[in-house]
Amino acid sequence: MSDEVSPQAPKAEGPRTSAVSSWRSSWRRFRTEHQWTRWAIPLAIVVLAFSYPWWGLEGPLSFVFNDGLGIDNDTLFNMSIYVMLALGLNVVVGYAGLLDLGYVAFFALGAYTLGWFGSGLFSTRDIHFLDTNAARLPGIHLSFWVVVLLAGAVCAFAGVLIGWPTLRLRGDYLAIVTLGFGEIIPDIFRNGDDIAGHNLTNGVRGVTQLDRPGFGEALNGATGGILPVRYTSLELRPWYFTVLTMVLITIFVNLRLRDSKMGRAWIAVREDEIAASAMGVPLMRTKLWAYAIGAIFGGFAGAVYGSFINGIFPVSFSFQISVIVLVMVIVGGMGNIWGVILGAIALTMMNRYGLRELNGVPDKFGLDFDVTSISFGIFGFFLLAMMVLRPEGFIPSGRRKLELHGEIDETDHLGAESDHTLYDVREER
Amino acid sequence: MATAETASRPALERRLPISQIVLWAVGLVLAALIGYWLIKNAIDSPDRFLEVTLIGVTNGSIYALVALGYTLVYGIIELINFAHGDNFMLGTFQTNGIVNDGTFQIPFFPTSFVLAIPLGTAATAGSSAGQKIYTIFMCLLFSMLFCMVINVSIERIGYKPLRNQPRLVPLITAIGFSFILQDVGLIWKGAGPQPLPNILPTGTIFSWRAASYAWDDFIVIAVTIPLLIALTYLVRRTRSGKAMRATAQDMDASSMMGINVDRTISFTFALGGALAGAAGAIYALYIGTTKFDLGFRLGLFAFTAAVLGGIGNLSGAVLGGVVLGLIQAYTEGFWDARWTTTVVFSVLIAILVFRPSGLLGEQVPEGQ
Repeated sequence: MSDEVSPQAPKAEGPRTSAVSSWRSSWRRFRTEHQWTRWAIPLAIVVLAFSYPWWGLEGPLSFVFNDGLGIDNDTLFNMSIYVMLALGLNVVVGYAGLLDLGYVAFFALGAYTLGWFGSGLFSTRDIHFLDTNAARLPGIHLSFWVVVLLAGAVCAFAGVLIGWPTLRLRGDYLAIVTLGFGEIIPDIFRNGDDIAGHNLTNGVRGVTQLDRPGFGEALNGATGGILPVRYTSLELRPWYFTVLTMVLITIFVNLRLRDSKMGRAWIAVREDEIAASAMGVPLMRTKLWAYAIGAIFGGFAGAVYGSFINGIFPVSFSFQISVIVLVMVIVGGMGNIWGVILGAIALTMMNRYGLRELNGVPDKFGLDFDVTSISFGIFGFFLLAMMVLRPEGFIPSGRRKLELHGEIDETDHLGAESDHTLYDVREER
Repeated sequence: MATAETASRPALERRLPISQIVLWAVGLVLAALIGYWLIKNAIDSPDRFLEVTLIGVTNGSIYALVALGYTLVYGIIELINFAHGDNFMLGTFQTNGIVNDGTFQIPFFPTSFVLAIPLGTAATAGSSAGQKIYTIFMCLLFSMLFCMVINVSIERIGYKPLRNQPRLVPLITAIGFSFILQDVGLIWKGAGPQPLPNILPTGTIFSWRAASYAWDDFIVIAVTIPLLIALTYLVRRTRSGKAMRATAQDMDASSMMGINVDRTISFTFALGGALAGAAGAIYALYIGTTKFDLGFRLGLFAFTAAVLGGIGNLSGAVLGGVVLGLIQAYTEGFWDARWTTTVVFSVLIAILVFRPSGLLGEQVPEGQ
C-alpha cells in the first residue's frame, strides 16, 4: 500500500488542514511505512488489558486507576459486558444500518438461557453435563461454557425468528418493531412463571443460584492451579480475564466480519438498499445474518452477566439498556470498532462515576435534586448534542463521515487519484 | 383448470412465495381464534362485554388524541416523534398542578424554581359545580398551550437543523428528547404517582344489568369528539390545513409554490402538541393519577394505534386508537392485565407484517 492509496488521503479532508489532521496524516504515514505496527499495537493493547490487575488495580498506577478513577474489578467487568453488547449492536446498527431499539431482548434471552440450562430452576429434572458445582444439585446443569455457546445459538435463532417477518420493513418501522420485541420478551419472562401452568422463568422473583464458570478439578490440576475449579464472587480476576477474552474474540470477529464478503454486503445494504439488491446482494439473507450475529454477542454477554450477578430478574432488562447500548454505539462512532469501544468505556464510566461527581453541581445553585436520578435525561442530552453537533460520533468510520458531511462533490468522481475514498471498502483501522 | 395451455406458460402467473402463504395462514388462524374467543365471551356475559367495550372506547379516544399527534408529524416529515408520549405526560402533570395547586406552572427546574402563575383553579371533589367547570376548562386550555409550546420548541431546537440528515439522526434525537422530557417531569413532580381529586361528575347515565355508563366516561368522549371535528375542519378547510396537506405530499414542490414549509411544519407540531395536551388533561382528570414514566408506554401504544389505522391518515389514527383501546380492554377484561403490553406490541408487529399500510391505508410523502 503506497502513500497515495492509503485510506483517507489528505485530499479527502478538504481544505481543513488543522494541526489535528496533519498529525493524523503523519501518523497514518508512519503506520503504512512501518508494517510491524499492524501487529505490535494490538498486541500491546492486549497485554496491557490482561495485565491491568497488576498495574492498574494494585501496583504502581493503582492510585490513578483504582483509587482515582475508581476502575475496580466490578467496573471492569461491567465495562467489558457493555463493550461486548455495543460491539454486537454495532454489527446490526453500524454495519448493516438497521436501527435496533430492542437489543436488550437478546441480552435477556442469553441470561435466561443460563437460567434454564445452568440453575436449579427446573428442580424436578436431574441433568448434568461437565458442570463444576461442588455438589450434585437438582435441575439442569450443563457446563458453563456449553451454556454460553447455547445462549449464542438460542439468540441467533431468536434473531432469525424475529427478523424473518420484520426485516423487510422500512427503517423506522423496523425500529419500532424491534422496540416492540424489546418490550415483549422481558414481558414474557416477567409473566413466565405461569404459562399454561408451567413455571418457565420464575416470574418477577427471578432466577437465582446460577452456575458459575469453572474448569473442573482435572484442568485445574493439569495447569497447576492456574485455571480455577470454579469462579467465586470473592476472587474477581478470573471473571475479568474470561470476559476480556470474550471481548477480544468479539473484536476479532467484528474486524474479520467487516472485511469479509458479508461485511461488504452489509455496508452496501446500509448505503443503498436498492443499488445493493440490483448488484446481486440478497437483501433478506444479508440482513438476517447481521441480526443473528448481533444477537449472538448479546446472548454471550447475557449469560456471563447473569452468572456474575448470580441472579436474573426481569426488571434488569428494560428499554433503558437498549438505549444505553445504542448511545454507546452512536456516541462512539457507528461502524467503527474503536469508536464503539471508546463509547462503551466512556459511558460506563460516566454512568458509574461521572454522574456521582456531578451531584454537587445543583447544590451550588441552591437546587436540591439527585443527578444520578436523572441520568437518562443526561443521556438524552448527550444524544441530542451528539446528533446536532457531530452525528458521526467521536471516532467516526470513514464512510459514515463522508455520508453525513458529503465532502465529496461531483467533480471528485472524475479525479482518478481521489477515487479510493469512495471505493475503498476497508475503513481506517 | 390444468390445461396444457396454462401449464405451458407458468411464468405469467404471479405465485406467492411459500413463506408468505405460511405467514398468511398463521395470521388467519390467529384472527379466527381471536374472533371465536370474543364472540364466546360476548355470548357468555353480554353485560360485562358491553361494559368492557365502553371502557375500551373511552380509553381508545384518549389514545386517538395522542395517536393523532404521531400521525400528523409522521405524515409530514416521516419522523417517529418519540418525545410525543412524554409531552403528553407533561400535559398530565400540568393538569395535576392546575387542579391541586391552582397554578399554571413552568418547570424551569426543580420545585424551588417552578414559575407558577395563579389561576384560582384549585378544586377538590367537594367544590362547587361552577368552580369545577372553570377548572376543567382551564386544565384543557393551559395543558394544550403548554404542550404546544414544548412540541414546537422541540421541533425548532432538535428536528429542524437535522432535516437533511439521514432519517436515523432525527429519530435518535427524538429518543434523546423523550428522555429529557421524562426527567423534566421527574424533577418537576418527583418519582411517585401524582394523584388528583376526582372533579368530573360521577353520576350514572344508564345501566343495563351489571353494566353501567357514567358521566365521567361520557365527558371523555364529549371532549374528544369536538376536538376531532375542529382538527378535521382545520386540516380540510383552512389555508393552513391546505399548506399542511401540500407539504405532506411534497415538501420541495410546496415550497416552490410559495408555502412557508418551516412554518407549516411548526404548525403541525403545534397541532400535535395541543392534542397531546388535551389528551393529557383528559387522562389526568379521568384516571385520577399520573406518573413521570407514563408517557413512554402510552406513547408507544398510541403510536401503535397510529400505525394500526394507517400512519399519516387522520381518520385512521382515530379508528386505530379506538381499536387499540378495545384490544386493551378485552385483554384486561377477559384475560389477564399483565399480558397487555405483549398483546399490544404483538398487534403492532402483526400489522406491520401483514398490512404495513394499516387499516385505512397510509398517507406519507411520496417518492421517499
